[in-house]
Amino acid sequence: MEELRKFERVWEIIDQHGRDASRLIPILQAVQTEYRYLPEEILTFVATSVGVSPAKVFGVATFYSLFTLEPKGKYHVRVCNGTACHVKRSMDLHKSICQKLNLRDGKDSTSDMLFTVETVNCLGACGLAPAMVVNEEVYGQLTPERAVEIIHEIIQKEAAA
Amino acid sequence: MNLAVLGFNKTKKDYVAREKALSHRVLVCAGTGCLVNGSMKVYEEFAGALEGSHLKAIVELVKEQKGVYVSKTGCQGFCQIGPLVTILPENVFYTRVKPKDVRDIVETTLVKGEVLHRLLYTEPNRQQVCTTAAEIPFYQRQHRFVLSNCGLIDPEDIEEYIAHDGYLAAAKVCADMAAEEVCRLILSSGLRGRGGGGFPTGKKWDMARIQPGEKKYVICNGDEGDPGAFMDMGIMEGNPHSVIEGMIVASRAIHANAGFVYVRAEYPLAVKRVRKAITDAYKMGLLGKSIFGSEHSFDLNVMEGAGAFVCGEETALIASIEGKRGMPSPKPPFPSQSGLWGKPTIINNVETLSTVPLVVMNGAEKFRSVGTSSSPGTKTFAVTGHVVNTGLVEMPLGATLRDIIYGVAGGITTDDGKPAMDGFKAAQIGGPSGGCLTKDHLDLPIDFDSLKTIGAMVGSGGLVVMNKGTCMVSVARYFMQFTQSESCGKCVLCREGTKQMLALLDDIMEGRATEETLQILEELAVTVQRGSLCGLGKTAPSPVLSTLRHFRDEYEAHVKHKFCPTGKCKALKIFSVDAALCEGCMRCKKKCPVGAISGGKGEPHRIDPTICVKCGVCLENCKFHAITGDKQ
Repeated sequence: MEELRKFERVWEIIDQHGRDASRLIPILQAVQTEYRYLPEEILTFVATSVGVSPAKVFGVATFYSLFTLEPKGKYHVRVCNGTACHVKRSMDLHKSICQKLNLRDGKDSTSDMLFTVETVNCLGACGLAPAMVVNEEVYGQLTPERAVEIIHEIIQKEAAA
Repeated sequence: MNLAVLGFNKTKKDYVAREKALSHRVLVCAGTGCLVNGSMKVYEEFAGALEGSHLKAIVELVKEQKGVYVSKTGCQGFCQIGPLVTILPENVFYTRVKPKDVRDIVETTLVKGEVLHRLLYTEPNRQQVCTTAAEIPFYQRQHRFVLSNCGLIDPEDIEEYIAHDGYLAAAKVCADMAAEEVCRLILSSGLRGRGGGGFPTGKKWDMARIQPGEKKYVICNGDEGDPGAFMDMGIMEGNPHSVIEGMIVASRAIHANAGFVYVRAEYPLAVKRVRKAITDAYKMGLLGKSIFGSEHSFDLNVMEGAGAFVCGEETALIASIEGKRGMPSPKPPFPSQSGLWGKPTIINNVETLSTVPLVVMNGAEKFRSVGTSSSPGTKTFAVTGHVVNTGLVEMPLGATLRDIIYGVAGGITTDDGKPAMDGFKAAQIGGPSGGCLTKDHLDLPIDFDSLKTIGAMVGSGGLVVMNKGTCMVSVARYFMQFTQSESCGKCVLCREGTKQMLALLDDIMEGRATEETLQILEELAVTVQRGSLCGLGKTAPSPVLSTLRHFRDEYEAHVKHKFCPTGKCKALKIFSVDAALCEGCMRCKKKCPVGAISGGKGEPHRIDPTICVKCGVCLENCKFHAITGDKQ
């Protein structure tokens, strides 16, 4: 039953877009908003529904950086590494957050799936470099200390909840 | 005069009357920058603060009444000192406004009519206090033409756009002008594409106009992928109707009846505002069937990007709208011949489209009166990096780098943000496709052609200013890493070449390079330029070639002497202990992961450079600043 319900929602999304293969990107965006990532079985399902090969859907899903085939942590931290942020040493923010969360060797999600830490090319908040965004909330003019503090506050909030 | 225009006159008259009846209008900047700094909380605070006073708060400007109307605006450009609040009619300009300041503003300025001095802007170089925005050098030295309504009008209120003569240009071309006439007007204005290449807009339109066929498309390219650029975002957030109006004019010029606004998904606010603007325009009958009482119909949709820099390239963007991987295809055929779904399509940048209504209303002659003869008009730049004032600025084309950096942006700063007037090293213009400008170019007039002669380009207008502490090799590496990861993979030379170039730059920065490395790097750069299909690959080597041209000595220092002149390349540092400062606390010795530090408690420590892996842990942990990473 659980599985069926899962596909029902995908059906709705595909129908909203008229089962049109040229609407593939908006369909995948809506699916990802729903599940927070693109599960592989759903990609195959979408492919069959709009009448293209699963390889093509997989190709599109892996081409664009906003699509992800892996589940993301509850808090999605994206450190801006646009030029303006980069020259204001945004990678130091990234480094100290990874240190704080003990993320090593290219791992970007914590084992409890609370955080995923990534970099993003430009948020357009260049006037406030360096910047980072946690889920929808944007923070600007950061220092590594302040960035770690923000992460720490979230951890405490979660522990209290 | 047609019915639509008569309707506009009434809308305008009513709006102006409603605005006149107000005692005050408060403009709160709601561009991305100010929102990040909490301007929404400031906006909300006004409602509560006004309630506590005897002033009447007006939530929606729907009828003539006395009171205070608080409205949101798009980006006012000076993001760094946000949130920005302007009080009309006095034009008092408050900066860094926090929610707790709102009550004070209401009591002092709105009730008593006095200026609240602590929130005014002080110009840091001359310590001059500015009451209005017009007194601030940042605004004074700009020429705000395309951005003139950004930061003034409420971007979510179509009536206010109409009250500022909006949609009159669209009405004019739909009702009174033939397609050919529109193309001729734009061609004679000399308007060139603001997205990068500077191709004449009128020529592009004319190519699409003469194509046979019923179905044609207009696409607005809002996929502003250049990291460090946010001009298009500013326009889409601050004046979305001007973009729609530009698209209506374009659609009339080529007989297109459908269009797309392709917006980068990293700009959620721009997506939201453009969507709302389109819905409102439909409601007023400005989009859809037989607009402005003419035969012309135009339907407009928003397409959100999904995060691929290459989609800023026309053919890749088309592939993306068609639901495919955003890979470019060879030109010709040009999109204006065979574009979206094989139909003639014109793709224009946001800023270009936003300029179009102004050209139609003011005429070609007036438009040409600003800028240079080959590049008329103005250009917006996103000035960021090591400057006193970062933000969105608009200058006439032909302005010099000195005007922008020292005039508008207030000069150079150190890494900590302190003014350092002689600290200028270079400015990267045009992002990862552009090149760097040095102090020799400070007085060069910037336009589309002048920059090409020195191996750079205006690009979309991102201008990142760097101070003397910036390592140019690492700047080149940063852009190389960007284009390498954004290469779509279609052309071998772009896909593999950029990867190898990145590896060579890593060799240089990590001390593995020989003199041959520079030669290979240069050869490869030229090959990648020649062997790539689209703009991404063709321009990917530009940052490397231009830094090599202007800062070759810096590359050579890295290669020959294994020395980074700015001390930024960690792998080239040699860590050592200053015996005079060392207290012998053993802290660094305990932290060193490879045991490179010797010396007992109370004695000065020593670092063995043959064991040291240059991780920098000792330097970070030393409380006495006894460890340096400078080459001796």
